[in-house]
Amino acid sequence: MEILELKRMANQIRQNIITMLVPAKSGHPGGSLSAADILAVLYFQEMKIKPEDPQWADRDRFVLAKGHAAPVLYAALAEKGFFPKEELLGLRQTGRMLQGHPDMRKVPGVDMSTGSLGQGLSAANGMALAGKLDNKNYRVYALLGDGEMAEGQVWEAAMAAAHYKLDNVTAILDLNGLQIDGATENVMNIDPIDEKWRAFGWHVISVDGHDIEALLAAFAEAKSTKGKPTILIAHTIKGKGVSFMEDQADWHGSAPSAEQGEKALQELREEVASLD
Amino acid sequence: MTKQATRDAYGKALVALGAENKDIVVLDADLSKSTKTAEFAKNYPERFFNMGIAEANLMGTAAGLAAAGKIPFASTFAIFATGRAFEQIRNSIAYPKLNVKIAATHSGVSVGEDGGSHQAVEDIAIMRAMPNMTVLVPADGEETKQAIYAAAKYDGPVYIRMGRLGVPLLFDENYKFEIGKANVVREGEDCTIFANGLMVAEAMEAAKELEEEGIKVAVVNVASVKPLDRETIISYAKKTKAVVTAEEHNIIGGLGSAVAEVLSEEAPTPIVRIGIKDTFGESGRPLELLEKYGLTKEDVKAGVKAVIKKK
Ligand SMILES: Cc1ncc(C[n+]2csc(CCOP(=O)(O)OP(=O)(O)O)c2C)c(N)n1
Ligand SMILES: [Mg+2]
Repeated sequence: MEILELKRMANQIRQNIITMLVPAKSGHPGGSLSAADILAVLYFQEMKIKPEDPQWADRDRFVLAKGHAAPVLYAALAEKGFFPKEELLGLRQTGRMLQGHPDMRKVPGVDMSTGSLGQGLSAANGMALAGKLDNKNYRVYALLGDGEMAEGQVWEAAMAAAHYKLDNVTAILDLNGLQIDGATENVMNIDPIDEKWRAFGWHVISVDGHDIEALLAAFAEAKSTKGKPTILIAHTIKGKGVSFMEDQADWHGSAPSAEQGEKALQELREEVASLD
Repeated sequence: MTKQATRDAYGKALVALGAENKDIVVLDADLSKSTKTAEFAKNYPERFFNMGIAEANLMGTAAGLAAAGKIPFASTFAIFATGRAFEQIRNSIAYPKLNVKIAATHSGVSVGEDGGSHQAVEDIAIMRAMPNMTVLVPADGEETKQAIYAAAKYDGPVYIRMGRLGVPLLFDENYKFEIGKANVVREGEDCTIFANGLMVAEAMEAAKELEEEGIKVAVVNVASVKPLDRETIISYAKKTKAVVTAEEHNIIGGLGSAVAEVLSEEAPTPIVRIGIKDTFGESGRPLELLEKYGLTKEDVKAGVKAVIKKK
């Protein structure tokens, strides 16, 4: 996809997030919106996937370690054609497909069930090890939260990925600075985060997580980095794209009302119009 | 009927307890608004430790605080407390019998929209199987308050299981919760329902409605799953000769299992277990899920009728 098209897609993903959260009446807008540009680049440029064959053995894999951001993943999967967009309106409702957190047994295109923070990167490593064993050249991507960095398992997985030279793994850290109880800096400081990953043996790329061109370049660099895994430290704004949600911890886990949703969509429509 | 989530009662009790006892310290893992420890944090910031999203470290740190004389309340969702940090609880808290109170909220399918990954249906089984662990499942706000106070007074590890959903207030200050004691909340001769957590309210409603049909049912609130009040359970089973258990937990390993274990050894009695039928939950509105997973007064009534036929 062209860069302008990717920007439009990121905007469409953001609109889908709002559209699905309003009827759901619960869910996580902040961390979904912060990752929209990253998902747009992954699903519409970077990853080799076949929506008509979600289980394709050679496909690239994506693990949403920060599983509460399920809306951004569902929004991208629906746009890509893994399932009808109408399904988005059933988010979090009894008996429907789209669970509050990604469920690989229910949703086509979801490669791993997540929701419990800290576990995703380990699963990505497992997929990457299997790929090496099978002489397949698929790549595995995992999106992690900065609050999630506090989980010990993240660092167990970080150590293992470097130990096994998993250059087919690319992690993306959604560095939006906020978690539930406030700023990550105040809840549990993770700095200096780039130095930690480097010390664990990773190739570290610092990138603006809302800059499509910079993200494309970073993923290309990750692909050409051999002998070690790569992490993109993506500097982002939680709630990005909706003015009243931006950088607000309170928008971590509450859905917009119908009125707030309309306001958010209005802003996003204006943004996409200004792209042309 | 006035409703209050047991987690709300916990938050309030903690603040009061914190004023009375300076050794009370509280740990949370980035969920203080949801577990309701935020109020304690606001009142006693120097005795509150937010560990970030790191439940294993939270439990281990709580163990150390207890070993050095503090009374830590360690809070997070039930799934992360008993799941992520199982072995820290087992080897750093239960094995050395340290004075840590694991106050877990968001248990069962009544968590609702977050879905199966967040709905602990096996936490009681896990905690009950652990030597040295006391396991409490309060039914309403008042009982939660008393359970929190009792846990603080008791010297040793305690698991207190609480919920997210508002539940009817059943008891007042005259009610008396005690670790190891079951509470008979309704007398009856035809059958006994042993219930805990939010199923106590359903059991009481069921018993009331069954009475209108001429079926007299005793209701016993078994908030103390461990230690279990064997005496009361055996005597009511013998008296009514039919037993139903009701809990918002897998029918494997929880209250139903505990009651069945006692009765099969001491007083074999026909029994029907109401609970989650060995399946994970899903996303949905809490009340819809309670209905879908067979956890309403209607299910309890059906259980009573079925077990009476087995007499
Ligand atoms: C093991 C675990 N503990 C706690 C939670 C509850 N929880 C959900 S989201 C969240 C905060 C996540 O913050 P962050 O990783 O920064 O995500 P983002 O800001 O991208 O939304 C927490 C504590 C969880 N899902 N898993
Ligand atoms: Mg964050």
